[in-house]
Amino acid sequence: MTVKIGIPRALLFHNFIPYWKTFFEGIGAEVVISGLTNKAILQDGLRLSVDEACLPVKVAFGHVEHLKNKADYIFIPRLVSVFPREYICPKFLGFPDMVRQNVQGLPGVIDNNINMYRRESDLYRQFFEIGSLICGNPFKIALAIKKAGDAIKRFTARVESGLRPDRAIDSSYSEDGPAGRKDTTVAVIGHPYNIYDSFINIGLLKRLEDAGINVLTTDNVPEKEVNDHVAHLNKKLFWTLGRRMVGAAYHFLESPGISGIIHVASFACGPDSMTGELIERKARRIGSKPYLNLTLDEHTGEAGIVTRVEAFLDMVGTKEQAARC
Amino acid sequence: MKVTFPHMGNLWICLDAMLKYLGIETVVPPPSSKKTLDLGSKHSPEFACMPLKLNLGNFMEASEMGADTIIMAGGCGPCRFGYYAQVEHVILEDLGYNYRLVVMEPPEKHISQLLSRIRYITGNKPWIEVIRGIKYGYSKARAVDMLEMAAMRKRPLERRPGQTDTALNEALSIIAGAVYGKLDEAYARASEIMEQIPVDRKPVLKIGLVGEIYTLLEPFSNLDLEKKLGRLGVEVDRSIYLSEWVNDHLFMGLVRGVRSSSLYTRLSAPYLRHFVGGHGQETLGAAAYYNNKGYDGIIQILPFTCMPEIVAQSVLPQFSRDTGMPVMTLIVDEQTGESGYMTRLEAFVDLLAEKGARKEELA
Ligand code: SF4
Ligand code: SF4
Repeated sequence: MTVKIGIPRALLFHNFIPYWKTFFEGIGAEVVISGLTNKAILQDGLRLSVDEACLPVKVAFGHVEHLKNKADYIFIPRLVSVFPREYICPKFLGFPDMVRQNVQGLPGVIDNNINMYRRESDLYRQFFEIGSLICGNPFKIALAIKKAGDAIKRFTARVESGLRPDRAIDSSYSEDGPAGRKDTTVAVIGHPYNIYDSFINIGLLKRLEDAGINVLTTDNVPEKEVNDHVAHLNKKLFWTLGRRMVGAAYHFLESPGISGIIHVASFACGPDSMTGELIERKARRIGSKPYLNLTLDEHTGEAGIVTRVEAFLDMVGTKEQAARC
Repeated sequence: MKVTFPHMGNLWICLDAMLKYLGIETVVPPPSSKKTLDLGSKHSPEFACMPLKLNLGNFMEASEMGADTIIMAGGCGPCRFGYYAQVEHVILEDLGYNYRLVVMEPPEKHISQLLSRIRYITGNKPWIEVIRGIKYGYSKARAVDMLEMAAMRKRPLERRPGQTDTALNEALSIIAGAVYGKLDEAYARASEIMEQIPVDRKPVLKIGLVGEIYTLLEPFSNLDLEKKLGRLGVEVDRSIYLSEWVNDHLFMGLVRGVRSSSLYTRLSAPYLRHFVGGHGQETLGAAAYYNNKGYDGIIQILPFTCMPEIVAQSVLPQFSRDTGMPVMTLIVDEQTGESGYMTRLEAFVDLLAEKGARKEELA
């Protein structure tokens, strides 16, 4: 019988699912992904986690709860580090333990460390160990790792060419070409789980697109561009997402084609409180582009978002008109 | 050059001694107060953790007293402390302050980075003197710890309320004032003062304090948690002391043979099986330690939004269910009110007292 691996559509799902899915399918498993975040998932998340947890973590709890009866194993790797000398966030370090201590009736849990902190870290070995948990054939595992690596490379290339990760995941999706592009482009900066989960951000990206606006996000900025921009910081940032957000924001602030910047953060997010401050201060110092800071939690209402986005778009529009005159 | 540094409990006694020994002029910021916190919160990111806000307030107040250089500790993540200094510096710059910032932290590239930063502060002092200065500062931190421990034992037993704290203040100022070479003598006098506090023999409840280090060490930030519990008849211990922090963060573990946190790390399984930054894993380990030592209860304290401690807080309820050990979590920020806080402490202490009484009846 095929082993079923449940993968929550939460946290770094949008960054790594092409790798994870290809890998597990390559070793003969069936991958079950939880559905789009909805009210029921959120409710379960709220019930299972402490009040103080941030919304993305609460939502992730809900996804685990919804998957637990549908799979033989839940895959919630301990994402210690995905880049040398960097971490994600303390909550990612503790997430598997938080789940194990609070969610009842879990099936098997695969929560091996994924840790690229040391330069000599070996991702191959880490996934080989994961593969060995369910597959006895080392050749098959090796091949699956190879295929997974190829899949993530293709995915990254598509994203860096301007496709949104939530769309690039579907390998058959293609943009309707330059003809479909609109005049105005706005950059959305934030953690992937806040930007691409339209339940969490109450349809932010769709709202922008419906208003006739192109959206570029943190993830569309190539790694090299990001690093060139953070190279001027007094001290290296040690959060991968934070580094990417600061680098991308600095890049967008300097790009003439970008008409405004929206920074999306979780209520009470630790890293965002620091990197958001760096970004906002830089934006204010430069002062040339409209800047909107959206803070999201489970109490965020649609009305609030709509008014603030509209006000922001008015600013974007006014600036553009002024520029054309 | 006039050097200042942020407050964290009695950290200033140790730093001031070390810097003065090296002939450096220092500005000790006024003790953290409501005003410090207001100043800091006003200019900090909303969701910054409270220590950052207080640091910022300290620097603003120290600037008024003429400070022009900041010494800070640092780190390499994953928790925010490692980036505190940089964000604080950007904020100060935008506010128009002209501070130089020197961060003592594990070097990114090479040890020479750290050495040159030390050199920047100490000038041409020979290294042997620098090391002597560090040892001297460290001895003061040890002395402070011993006196505070004595106070924790005495408070619940003191004959008249407040006697312990009067004595502790006197004892600490003796340590603060002690010059190089006279510290042993000063310590003897200070501990004598603590010994002299009149006490009554009576049974006490024991509570272990665990959690985020700054809120454990800085009485202003924890609304005088130790004092309050002491007056409620509780003997407390805390999972970490000043000298341990100083050794780990300022001296990069230079002083050998200090109790290390590896004991806590081992005890934290199965609840937290990996470090999570800050002292999150130690929080669980310390909770297990106090449970093994037969304490009556555990209080975890953390600043609002503190990430490592939120992880710890998430698994503490299961620890409490498994062991039967009562655990209470206190979260503090600039909005924490005195009366609600006190009510929660009293309720927790009552609960422990009742539980203790029941145990005795059964015995
Ligand atoms: S980075 Fe922020 S939003 Fe993400 S898990 Fe950590 S605290 Fe939550
Ligand atoms: S341990 Fe907590 S309070 Fe301290 S810097 Fe880290 S997040 Fe802030």
